[in-house]
Amino acid sequence: MNHFPGFVDFYTFYELSLKIFQYFGFGDNAQWMSYLTAGVIISFIVINVMILSTAFYTWFERRVLGRFQVRRGPNRNGPFGIFQPFADVLKLIMKEDTIPSEADRPVFTLAPIALVAPTLLIMTVIPMGENSFLGSLNIGILFIVGVTSVNSIAIFMAGWGSRNKYAILGSMRGAAMLISYEIPMALGITSVLLMSGSLAMTQIANSQDIWFIVVMPLGFFVFMAAATAEISRTPFDQIEAESELGSGYNTEFSGIKFAILFLAEFMAPIVTAAVVATLFLGGTKGFDPIPGQIWFALKMFVVIFVLLWFRATWPRLRVDQIMGFAWKGLFGLGIFNIFIVAIEIMIFKTEDGTIGTSNMLIMSGINWIIAIVTLLGLMRIYGHKKLERPTPVPSPLANMGLEVD
Amino acid sequence: MTGIRTEPITINLGPQHPSTHGVFRLRVTFDGEEIIDAEPVFGYLHRGTEKLAETRNYVQIVTLTDRMDYLASMSNNLAYVRTVEKLADIEVPERAQYIRVISAELQRIASHLMATGFLLNDLGALATPLVYCFRERERILDLFEMLCGARITLSYMRPGGVFQDAPEDFWPSLDSLIGDLPHYFDELESLITSNEIVLARTKNVGLLTDEQAIDNSMSGPNLRASGVKWDLRKADPYEIYDRVKFEVPIGAIGDTFDRYLVRILEMRESVKIIEQCLEQIESGPIRANTPFFIRPPAGEAYAAVEGPKGELGFYMVSDGGVAPYRCKVRAPSFINLTPLRDMLKGWKMGDLIIIFGSIDIVLGEVDR
Repeated sequence: MNHFPGFVDFYTFYELSLKIFQYFGFGDNAQWMSYLTAGVIISFIVINVMILSTAFYTWFERRVLGRFQVRRGPNRNGPFGIFQPFADVLKLIMKEDTIPSEADRPVFTLAPIALVAPTLLIMTVIPMGENSFLGSLNIGILFIVGVTSVNSIAIFMAGWGSRNKYAILGSMRGAAMLISYEIPMALGITSVLLMSGSLAMTQIANSQDIWFIVVMPLGFFVFMAAATAEISRTPFDQIEAESELGSGYNTEFSGIKFAILFLAEFMAPIVTAAVVATLFLGGTKGFDPIPGQIWFALKMFVVIFVLLWFRATWPRLRVDQIMGFAWKGLFGLGIFNIFIVAIEIMIFKTEDGTIGTSNMLIMSGINWIIAIVTLLGLMRIYGHKKLERPTPVPSPLANMGLEVD
Repeated sequence: MTGIRTEPITINLGPQHPSTHGVFRLRVTFDGEEIIDAEPVFGYLHRGTEKLAETRNYVQIVTLTDRMDYLASMSNNLAYVRTVEKLADIEVPERAQYIRVISAELQRIASHLMATGFLLNDLGALATPLVYCFRERERILDLFEMLCGARITLSYMRPGGVFQDAPEDFWPSLDSLIGDLPHYFDELESLITSNEIVLARTKNVGLLTDEQAIDNSMSGPNLRASGVKWDLRKADPYEIYDRVKFEVPIGAIGDTFDRYLVRILEMRESVKIIEQCLEQIESGPIRANTPFFIRPPAGEAYAAVEGPKGELGFYMVSDGGVAPYRCKVRAPSFINLTPLRDMLKGWKMGDLIIIFGSIDIVLGEVDR
């Protein structure tokens, strides 16, 4: 296996603990023991960093939403209200943890964990810096696609287990929606795989001499829309649908269980931003004086802000419209995009199987034109942009003697 | 292949629900996401306003009317005092009539802003349009505060006029607000009217034909959205509405989008009415000389105004005493809910919320 020394690196801890264990004379056992120790340490670090960044993210989201909505957002606890999430979590932990008497107890209890675990697992394969990642899995992206699909089961568990009609409605919608949107998401990923020729996240990031968002805007559009639906943010937030279902799948949760659901829900945009940054925004690439980790964080920040922007400004689509958009819109677009990219790769591929930077530029030129034409054409055909409404005609059924006009 | 047997589920929507605009309860039967049946249940906010009115004198009842449609107390006040004036045959000074019309139109704008904001909230737009609507409504409430010291429950009007003249600094503030409002409506429309998702959600949803609307005795923007050109301000001009020029906007087909659009257009017309009132208003007395205990001659009277929600009427019977013998309110919010079941059938859960939101009811008025 390749070995890159880095900031948060498995092998740093491994060698350290190997030395310690060998010093204490564990002999043959030292190897697997230090493997385990390093794993535990690194998981501990990553989980806590993720939880902390989620806490920061909730604060950020509320502040930005506040700005969008001509108000201030939380600003009491600490400078700029930055300690607000800690107060929130403390409140949630201290609240009574109720389980409805009719609930399916094991399912109900497991649901929050089943929801938060896959979200955390995704972070393991994402390269966060030049050499800092947890596992250089050679099927990294496949792992991500696989792990994400656990989400739909977890959400269905939460709804089913709480035996609440609103929760069941929410989770039914969730199951249908999440499973549907996995397909366009996979199609968006496939085009990336075609370009990079590898399933490993590091390889994908490294092959982006020109960011893939530039090379294939259509693929980015498909992936981003599907990813927004996967984490059920506006305009696809059917699972929670606050104005319709009260709180959707998490209606019956309280106390620490709700805190964990909340954590999973708000960790999802961060993870999505990380995946998008790796797949389409060149991962850790940037120019020199600034280290890769910072670049990565900046790109994540931009994606997170875009997701927030969606949330602050767009209304929600209806269930059937969302499903229609996945199967009639994104599915077709995704296949079309793969088709185009595959043909271009066949033409531009050099002998050694790579695509040169200049060829990538030509590809992006073609792809941008295709993307704009396709999207504008679709908008023209299906869009409601033009207000095609009949001219209002006063009904003949009522006459209020408007001769006085 | 045999179909899977499914059972309809009955959901109790409300009285505690984020989108029922108060304590409204709807027993909905769903087939999956589709509505088979919907049964409204009223009465959670019943406070016996009509009965209470029988034990109050005619000035005291004004405060009761504030609490009916608490988003449009000015219109409630106006409808009530007009009935009393009709009953007791009181002549209202001209300046008072102008001030009443100005404040009623301001109230209409405020109420329609709330309706629009909450419709967007029901659409799932996470409070952003709502807060934008609140921003301008806030300025209107500031003006009301100048008029009478209160912001929501105003009790500004009295039988025979208004309770006090507008202060000096009211007029420049009103001028600047009137100047800003059209730009503000443009801004709001540019955000909402051509929004793809709003259009996809609202167009052709919750259709109400003109025939249905009339059969169910709908009134106000909901009726006009169905294409019926009926506005009490034109059909039966009260106060000084016959001296101002304005259009009665109507909708094309009577869907949810039309109900939204008619409200926006009406707000623009209200601005025009206020502008004309500001040109025409002259100084003079603001209240007729009426005794505190008004004793109208025995008899009955019905007067109605075009409130923000529709025709708001009071029917009062006097037996010659200081309190009315009977007071009956024709509450537009309540009557506009009549066709709700027909409008909801066959639509989906998400549509239920926006159809209900587009009717724009206030529970204080429904249950009284």
